[in-house]
Amino acid sequence: MSQNKTKLRVGIPRALLYHKYSKLWEIFFKVLGLEVIISPQTNKEIMARGINCSVDESCLSMKIFLGHVDWLKDKVDCVFVPNYVCLRSGEELCVKFMALVDITRNTFPQVKVIEYTVDAINQKTATAGLIVLGAKLTRNPLKAARAYLAARKSYEANQLQMISDQEKRFQENKKSGRLAIMVVSHPYTIYDNFLGKPIVDYLKELNVEVIYSDRVDKEKARRLAQNLAKTLYWSYHKELLGAVEIYRNSVDGIIFISTFPCGPDSLAINLCQSRIGNVPNILITLDELDSGVGLKTRLESFVDIIKLKKYQTLNQGILC
Amino acid sequence: MLKKVSFPHMGDYYHAFKSVAELIGQPLVAPPITKKTVELGFKHSPESVCIPFKYNLGNYIEALEAGADVLVQAGGGCRFGHYAETQEEILRKLGYKFEFAKLTNDYGIIGIARDFKKINPGVSYFKIFRALALCMVKIACIDSVAGRARKNVGFQKTPGHIEEIYKNFLAKIDASRSILKIISLREKTLNEIKTVELKKSSDCLKVGVVGELYMLMEPFANFYLEKKLAQRGIEVHRFVTVSTILKEYFTGDFFLQKHLSHAKPYLKHHLGAHGTESVARSLSLIKKGFDGIIHIKPFGCMPEVSAMSALANLSKDSKTPILYFSFDSQTSEAGIETRIEAFCDMLYMKKAKKLNLKA
Repeated sequence: MSQNKTKLRVGIPRALLYHKYSKLWEIFFKVLGLEVIISPQTNKEIMARGINCSVDESCLSMKIFLGHVDWLKDKVDCVFVPNYVCLRSGEELCVKFMALVDITRNTFPQVKVIEYTVDAINQKTATAGLIVLGAKLTRNPLKAARAYLAARKSYEANQLQMISDQEKRFQENKKSGRLAIMVVSHPYTIYDNFLGKPIVDYLKELNVEVIYSDRVDKEKARRLAQNLAKTLYWSYHKELLGAVEIYRNSVDGIIFISTFPCGPDSLAINLCQSRIGNVPNILITLDELDSGVGLKTRLESFVDIIKLKKYQTLNQGILC
Repeated sequence: MLKKVSFPHMGDYYHAFKSVAELIGQPLVAPPITKKTVELGFKHSPESVCIPFKYNLGNYIEALEAGADVLVQAGGGCRFGHYAETQEEILRKLGYKFEFAKLTNDYGIIGIARDFKKINPGVSYFKIFRALALCMVKIACIDSVAGRARKNVGFQKTPGHIEEIYKNFLAKIDASRSILKIISLREKTLNEIKTVELKKSSDCLKVGVVGELYMLMEPFANFYLEKKLAQRGIEVHRFVTVSTILKEYFTGDFFLQKHLSHAKPYLKHHLGAHGTESVARSLSLIKKGFDGIIHIKPFGCMPEVSAMSALANLSKDSKTPILYFSFDSQTSEAGIETRIEAFCDMLYMKKAKKLNLKA
């Protein structure tokens, strides 16, 4: 029997939490010896597919996720959908993460879904979840544990690398005097080829140093988020607002990017905007009808205003 | 001088909430929701936040204008738990001076009692528990009377009779401070409704309303949807009431697990807030032979949107129509009216066809 025929093909949609845990999942399934198929970068076709098969009112990120599942469904044996309920007690996640498995099952009844649950309240950890899933797929718990450890090691190394890289670039940039703008947004928005990437690319074109909100020390961010919003209980938003708190006094401006109609964003970002005081900031809400031209105009004028402000204060400093 | 305490409106529950507000100071019932309230709320809220936030904010502004000193907001899952902080920030930016009291996100009788002790240290635990008990009995009585009224209001021979009984009941309950009296009042009112003459046939149309709790319980927000259905001779059932919500919170996971097992095979996991319950209730109502389901939610309500994909499959499999309403600032009453009319006509036609086939 040839190896290829027995190899299980696992599809991972390149959307939502993939942008956060890509290293962990990819390496885990590869070390397990499965064939991993990751859907391509979001493009017009995937977006159109997602819009077609999802409920009108779901958020853009969810539509894109379903688009990726739709792309994968004929090409794989099973689709991997994580079930993230709660990362630590006293905190919550946006409810779409806990509904993800059911939405996928209901939208594509013919697709086989493999999942693992992370729920701190019911003592379900990612470690246990992934190892059990791996053991189920390969019938070899030892192999699953080994795969998980390898995956986690490289995931953590990658995270640390990203954080230190960003800090290094930020310090270098300080000396050069270029504008540094922080982009506050979920990883699944900012790293998406269709949503966030055009914005980042355009900012780079305008000679701006982009600071990512997810490349910070997560524990520190969690603690600092208290200063901006006391009763905030969404884990991922704590990380975002904490990142704002870390960088708010050292960057020239902040761009909030939200997808329409993101539930938690509508409250947390509004609160954050009204509390960060005199830091120039702008909220960009992305929806499926965006033309890109309007976006560029807004970004350009935002950057222009910040530039003007920065050089005015610099000049005043020289005059004094 | 006693502080004036105010809280947002939701249906007729202010009669009950008043007895708890007395723990902090003198209750001040916010002016009833009108178009102006809604406009105020929409004007000052973040754009994409859900409708209950906007209604609550409108209530707060009007209450503050009427002289309130303390505002109370509850908490819960999905976005509701974070309403308080954002609303406080908005009201402070508008220049109002007030105290803001937020209750816990995880309901539990002891947690709530502790909250009140924190807000007003001068009040004893005995008083707090007595007020909470009174409030809960009032809520339970309002719900049971309103539930019976809802089922029969569309079939009375003299229009307005049941409404009048209900109104009298609310007025009496408002003044009452004894639990026993309230319970006997409930029995009396239920019997009174029973004696109202009805022209109801045994095979009348039955419709269940499910969905997001605020939109279900605040008739102004859903454009008096239940009334509109009743006027067309439909028996309306609704299960989401404050008493069921409290019951579910106080019994921990028990009811959640029950709902989840009822929602099989459409759901494997919880959807958060009332999403699971919407699916479970719809499924059990359809099994009971209901003619249709109406699912309502504010625009962008996260748990209910998640429930919709399961509901769509459920509707397809059971061949039972489900009507989805989503309310936002642009929703017009005429649009709702037209859709309800079409839905009811369709239900009547479906029923007639079924009866013909049987005959």
